[in-house]
Amino acid sequence: MTRAGQGHSKALKIAGAMTAVASVLMVAGCSGGSSDGASGDAGGDVTIEFAQWWEPELPDGEFRALIDTFEDENPGITVDLVSGPYASTKEQLFAGAASGTMPDVVGLDGAWVNDFASQGVIANLTDLMADADYDDSQLASQIQVDGGTYMIPVVNFVYPMFTNDDLLSQAGVSAPPSTRTEFADAAQKVSALGGDVSGWVLPLSLEAPNGVQNDVMSWVWASGGSMLKDGQPDLTNDDVASAADYIQGLWDDGVIASGSFTMKEQDKVEEFTNGRVGMMIDSLAHINLIRETNPDLKFSISAIPADDGYDGERGIPYASWGIGVAENSEHKDAAFKLVQFLMSEDTNSELSTMANAFPGNTESVPGFVEDDELFKTAFDIYKAGYPANEFTGLPVAEELMRQFGEQFQSALDGQQSMEDALKKAQDSWVAEF
Amino acid sequence: MTLRSPVVLDTEVIVTGVPQSRRRRQLRRTAESYAFLSPTIILLFVLMIIPIVMVIGYSLQDRAIIGKNHEFVGLDNYVSVLTNPDFWNATSNTVIFTVVSVVAHLIIGLGFALMLNSTLIGAVPRAIFRGLYVLPWLFTVAVIAVLWRMLLAPNGVINFLLNSDIEWLASPQLALGTVTFINIWAGYPFFMVSLLAGLQGIPSDLYEAAVVDGAGPVQRFWNVTVPQLRPIIVSLVLLDLIWTSQQFALIWMTTGGGPINVTEVLSTFTYKLAFAKYDFSQAATSAVLVLLMSMVLAVFYVRHQKARD
Repeated sequence: MTRAGQGHSKALKIAGAMTAVASVLMVAGCSGGSSDGASGDAGGDVTIEFAQWWEPELPDGEFRALIDTFEDENPGITVDLVSGPYASTKEQLFAGAASGTMPDVVGLDGAWVNDFASQGVIANLTDLMADADYDDSQLASQIQVDGGTYMIPVVNFVYPMFTNDDLLSQAGVSAPPSTRTEFADAAQKVSALGGDVSGWVLPLSLEAPNGVQNDVMSWVWASGGSMLKDGQPDLTNDDVASAADYIQGLWDDGVIASGSFTMKEQDKVEEFTNGRVGMMIDSLAHINLIRETNPDLKFSISAIPADDGYDGERGIPYASWGIGVAENSEHKDAAFKLVQFLMSEDTNSELSTMANAFPGNTESVPGFVEDDELFKTAFDIYKAGYPANEFTGLPVAEELMRQFGEQFQSALDGQQSMEDALKKAQDSWVAEF
Repeated sequence: MTLRSPVVLDTEVIVTGVPQSRRRRQLRRTAESYAFLSPTIILLFVLMIIPIVMVIGYSLQDRAIIGKNHEFVGLDNYVSVLTNPDFWNATSNTVIFTVVSVVAHLIIGLGFALMLNSTLIGAVPRAIFRGLYVLPWLFTVAVIAVLWRMLLAPNGVINFLLNSDIEWLASPQLALGTVTFINIWAGYPFFMVSLLAGLQGIPSDLYEAAVVDGAGPVQRFWNVTVPQLRPIIVSLVLLDLIWTSQQFALIWMTTGGGPINVTEVLSTFTYKLAFAKYDFSQAATSAVLVLLMSMVLAVFYVRHQKARD
């Protein structure tokens, strides 16, 4: 071998040895890392970080102004807002959870709670509430895992039913339906108008499977039913089976808009806004969007139809901006003060008004219900029913929705019976619990 | 006069004037060369080698990343992934998607390249068409996915033009074909541009000799063009096989692996394991298996390149 060749193979050996050493160090040290969520000064001043996706979704500067009020009321606490879009906040929190560097206060979605809680990275708020002597009677709901609260919904975006009044009246339906029979009837009449008009729209995309929560399970909750029993999956019970069969009936009647299997929430809103769909279940957060995109569209809000003859309280699906505290935070008391502030009656009203959402404090009233008819109706429905979203607090909630969605699609497509679909979904859910 | 081997003057010798021993000079030259390469090597090491080794490590652990206590479980994860029917469904979809895409890329790319290389069109039409045919390559995957979702929506432009209401992306029967079509549309310019360059490198006297020997156009194509293009074609096919089998964004943003699981490919399967089920161990296992499959192709590619040299 030439000298150059010897040098070459020697260098290769050195490089190989370096790779081996570095990889051993990497694999051994990858679970380390100390927490560094906040800093403190000598004079008792603390700085806490608050990671959320709310600031970009609210009017410019308003959220920061709210936080400044908190800082004024609590001299010695400074809040660093770490803002980003929803999806990147989720990824950052998971990365922070893995490396032990989560910010002190975290914006949470109900679907993440169980996974974070089981990793032990978010603090048990029940203990913090006890330490601070906090009266939790004003909280509309608390998301719990194993008896401890890990997330408090700050504001709720509810999902009532939207109806296109023009299409309904053209089809001869005088008022939004309030029972399942009326709904099926109205959907058939609207679809009979022909063209590209359908009675209902059902987004079942598996990429963002929240259609299972908002458009399928909502029928179960609207009739007071449940998909769980004692916190465990119960998909084969009568409530779920009747809702699933009902939707299968609507599918077979051909009243659902095409493209369901890969339709996402934004496509659903677009179909409705363009006047191609008579009725949809959607978030209140889209009211302003619909008004801006199609000012001529006349639509109204009503409660999701319940089973014929059901007259109890109707569950209304919701998505919320929730809040939690990181377990590795060095300033949990300051962090909880921020939580208390955001949940206080006045601040909660203000935040709900800014966000066009419903308050997590039972005493708060958002400003917009005074002026806006649609929002007032929605608020009345909200008060008359109860927020229902059984997916919050479940492990791998999004994956559960996806598994259910796959079986449901297969049943709607005629590849299996709805009963088998529910049974298979039940089995795969049980495996996740 | 005796023949002396030329002595390359060493920088150190020039500077200090002290002659070094041959061995020392050799070592210094080698060290200098590697020092010049070191920024790139360090970057490659940190950004590629270390993450790959970490992922392989995760695939051998249980509850990687999210669990507090990692246990070394050896090949258990591999067994569970390889016995998962979803994995094999994803593999078969990936194979169909990749092979059909690459074959179509080759045929369409070659066809357009031959057209653009032909003497039948003038310079101006040639430039215009070259620009038009290259357009799909200029868009990023996210833009392509959004555009085609809108075009192929049941109430979209395509159905309007065809006067139909076919669910292109939402029908379990059509979805895989539709996604493959979109990928073919997005990727053929790569083949076209490379093959066009190759065609222009074929000496015209080969064609003249073929004409003199009485070869018709088809015979000229098979006996002159294709053999001359063979090295390029093999490179392109191997590269495209590797890239297409890793295609994630296009499929995720158009169908998300659905409807049901007809467009589930290995990349979406791995993604769901990691970011929907938070089972990073199994996701790492799936990723390592994909790496092994790609390495088989990569080995062929490297051997082919070496053979050319």
